[in-house]
Formats: sequence, C-alpha cells, structure tokens
Amino acid sequence: MTTLTHSETRKGEKPVEPESAAKNAGRIKARRRSASIWIGRVVLAVAVVGGWQWFTTEGWVDKFFFGQPSEIWDSLVKLFTEGTAFGTIWENLGVTAQEAFFGFLLGTFVGVILGILLGSNKYLSAVVGPYIRIVNSIPRIVLGSIFIVAFGLGVFPKILLAAVLVFFVVFFNAFQGVREVDQNLVANVRVLGASPYQVAMHVTIPSAMTWIIASLHTAFGFAIIGALVAEVLGAQKGIGLIISQAQGTFDPNTVFACMVIIAVVTLFAESLINLLEHRLLKWRPPNRSEAQAI
Amino acid sequence: MNITPTPRPPGPPPKAADGARIEVSGLTKRYLTPKGETFTAIRDVTVTVEAGQFCSIVGPTGCGKSTTLAQVSGLETPSAGSVKVGGNLVEGITNGVSYMFQADALFPWKSVLGNVMMGPILLGTPKRQATDLARDWLRRVGLAGFEDRFPHQLSGGMRKRVAMAAALINNPRILLMDEPFGALDVQTKAIMQNELLKLWEELRPSVLFITHDLDEAVALSDRVVIMTSSPGSVKDVFDIDLPRPRGNVQEIRHEERFLELQGRIWESLKDEVTRAYAVSAGAA
Repeated sequence: MTTLTHSETRKGEKPVEPESAAKNAGRIKARRRSASIWIGRVVLAVAVVGGWQWFTTEGWVDKFFFGQPSEIWDSLVKLFTEGTAFGTIWENLGVTAQEAFFGFLLGTFVGVILGILLGSNKYLSAVVGPYIRIVNSIPRIVLGSIFIVAFGLGVFPKILLAAVLVFFVVFFNAFQGVREVDQNLVANVRVLGASPYQVAMHVTIPSAMTWIIASLHTAFGFAIIGALVAEVLGAQKGIGLIISQAQGTFDPNTVFACMVIIAVVTLFAESLINLLEHRLLKWRPPNRSEAQAI
Repeated sequence: MNITPTPRPPGPPPKAADGARIEVSGLTKRYLTPKGETFTAIRDVTVTVEAGQFCSIVGPTGCGKSTTLAQVSGLETPSAGSVKVGGNLVEGITNGVSYMFQADALFPWKSVLGNVMMGPILLGTPKRQATDLARDWLRRVGLAGFEDRFPHQLSGGMRKRVAMAAALINNPRILLMDEPFGALDVQTKAIMQNELLKLWEELRPSVLFITHDLDEAVALSDRVVIMTSSPGSVKDVFDIDLPRPRGNVQEIRHEERFLELQGRIWESLKDEVTRAYAVSAGAA
C-alpha cells in the first residue's frame, strides 16, 4: 500500500520501481547465501574424508585399526557384489530393517497408548510414574541379552529390544503432550457436551500429536540401535551380525561400510517421518527462524 | 433441542425461554491446595440472572469470578450452596451452555470452519448440515471467505469473531464469558462489544460476563454484580436502566445516565480494588 502511493507521487520523476528492485536484490542475496552454505558443506566433507584418507596413507594413523575411506568403499562394493558369509547384503539389510521397523511400530504404539492414558489420568500417573522412571534409568540395552536367552536367535527378540528403546522416547513425549493440552480448550468442548471419548479424539490426541511426532525422529534412531545391538549379541542374519563378524576378523572397513549402509537407511526413514510430520502438522505456523530476514 | 438459529424479524427483541434463568444461591467453593490446606475462592455468592438478561460480574483480581462461572457451567461442583438453571439443579455439565475465554480457545489444528463446526458436530449434527450452519455463522460474524484459514493466520480480533461464532452456533441458553475481550486493543474491543450486543439481541441468551472493565460492564449489561476481594462474595448489585438497544458502546459512554451509573458503581468497586491491591502488595 505505502509503496503504491509512494510510486504514484513520484510518477514521471523516476522510472524506478523500488518494489521489484528490492525483490531482485533479495533474491540475489538469498541465492548467494545458499551457495555459500553448499560450498561450506562440500569443503567440510572433503576436509574430513580427505584428511582421513591422507593421514592413513601417510601412516600417521594406523589404517589397520581405523580403516581408510578408499578401503571402506571397496568393502561396500564387495558387500553388494559378493555378499557376505550369511547371504546377500540385501537379505541381511532386509532383516535388520524389518526388525527396526516392527520394533519402531510396536514401541510407538504402546508408548502413545500408555502416554495418553497416564497423561490424562492423574491417579494412574501418580501410581505408575516412579516405576517408569526407575525402569527408564536401567540400562535397557542389557535387556537384549535376556531377550535373546528367552526367545532365541530369531527376529522376535530384536524387535522387542528395539521396541523397548523406542517406547520410552515416545512414551515421555506423549505423556508430556497430553499434560500440555490447553485446559481452556478441554473446558470449552466439555461445556459443548463432548464425551470423554470425544475430548480425547478432538482435543487431547491432536494436541499431543505435535509432541509425539517430534519424538519419532529420535525414536527411529533408537529402533535401529536396538536391532543392531541385539544382532551383535546373537543372531543368524542381519547387519549387526556382519558387524560382529567383521570385528572378529579385525576388519574395520566392513564395520564402517555397515555404518554407512545403516546411515542411508536411517536418513531415508527420517525423510518419511518428515513427510508425515508435514502432512499431520500442516496447521502449525511456520517457524520464524526459517523465514530469513532479507 | 433446536440448533438451527431461526432468522428473526426485526422488531421487539424475542422473549427468552424461562429455561435460561440462572439462580446462584449461597454458592461456596473451596479448593484443596497441594499442601492439604483449604482455600476458599468464593463464599456465599447469591446472584440471579433473569432469562435473557445480560449480567456482568466485576471485581478485583482473584476474587473468584471465574470460579463462579465454572460452577454455573457444571465443570466444577460447588462445595456448598447451589446453582439452578431454569429451575433445575446443576449436576454435571449444564445443557445449552457456551463458554468464551480471554485466551481464544480455538483448535489450532482445525481450520476456521472446522472450529465453528465443533459445536453442532459434538451434538451429533450431520457433517453437511454442520458445515452449512458454520458457513452461515462465519458470514454473520463477517468472516465469509476465511473458512479455510488456520487460527494462527488470523488477527486477534478475527480469532475472537471465530470464537464468538463457535460459542453462539448452538444457540445456547446461557453464554458464559470470562473476560472475552480482555486481551484486545481498545479499538478492536469496541468493535467486538458492538458485535456481541448485536448477536445477543438476536438470540437473547442469558449472559454472565466477567470483566475488569467497568465501562464495558455498564455499557453492555442489564445488571452489574460487584464482588469483594478474596474470598469473593457479592458486595452490590446494580440494575442498569439504559435503554435497549444500546447502539454504539463508544457513544453511550458519554451519556449522562451512563456516567451517573458508572460513578456509583465505581464508588462500590473502589474499596475492593484498593483492598485487593493492598493485600497483594503486602504479600509481595
């Protein structure tokens, strides 16, 4: 509005359009900023990986213990072309991904249900709360040993361990999410005649969803950790088994290669979760820090 | 229950049903603090709001005004005394009540339309019908064309309009308003007050309106109740005999009768405010 009247008063004096000029300058500035960010990223990657390669070639760092990028690449190629002692890499990756995925689902499901239940029931949360805190302080990864002793070397104990790790992350977030529900909103729908079920469906769950979804990012990482650690503890197939085998044969390059593979899987899963987040939380106001000042 | 607001012809305001009379008698509410002590929020409050009357409650901060509303709505149960709506004792949530808060209690994850639709949906109205009704109400509060926006995309005044449409869509017998315009700037506040009066004159629910703003109370109400500082009880009740419809609330402020009433009520309120301030200043 102001720029419009501004240019009107100066009609005929100057043919400049300040609005579009400012827009152009802003666009150039933004492009320059993103270019500099990408240059920085590439430089960082080259410095780390290149330095690693250089140091190990020169012998300042022993590649027998710490591996070498070029040899990690070779191991990766070997894993995908020749496979492993336990079948093809795809087979093993499939098993691990399956364990992590089902563990993630199970843990999230139970975490959300219990979190919402305890979050909305003060008495229950007061009774169960301390025990959950105690269990949370136990190093749960050790449960993997018990699960393997109890359920054998199959897929199930891995799913269970992944689920246990995921559960606590999701549970605490769901619990907190329910606690943060705007009480005015609850009072409002109750006055309008909502049943407890309707309050949960229309207010509590959508409101806790922000918290729950935020926890899923971390939770998937935990699911992968759970599956891998359980495999290292004892398995017949899986990336964890390949890792523990490589450890036994003093082969750090294969361990690193497995790490790369898992990282790719996790990033993929992360992007799916991001998609879900955008879908479910599209009502949220845009993050202020995202809109950079021009 | 009739949920479709029937368009009413202009003329004398409709006579509200007797089911909307609110009788609060001897109402006392004590809360248990986490330490196990009891805290009396309101003591022996007795107020009557006739059906279709606009009643304001004014009092110093923390005198239990909101507590009184919570008892009327049935969200809380009184420790002593009773609330009757339309002659029936309030037990559990009162039927046909709508709430409006200072913080706009809108669903941030629902569109404007979705927010306004909530009332009929919770009553079990079919979705299509609820949508039509909500569209109609958005038009009535001047928000046609904003149906698909989310609350965070609206200004404070627009959010208030949405809240107002959401509160009135079920054609409530009773409208409970807890400082609804407290957070608005002065101009928006005046606009919203006029808007509220207009809609109230069409629907004529009984209104219990909490405010700190004495001008607002006098300009809008038929009856102003002054409450004492904590524990709250009724100090004075003033009937406001300014003619209806009131017209523009900004203009009515300059009328002689308004100033006279406002002056008298302020005399009564002043002591309480000073006392409440002295207590809070002493505690700080």
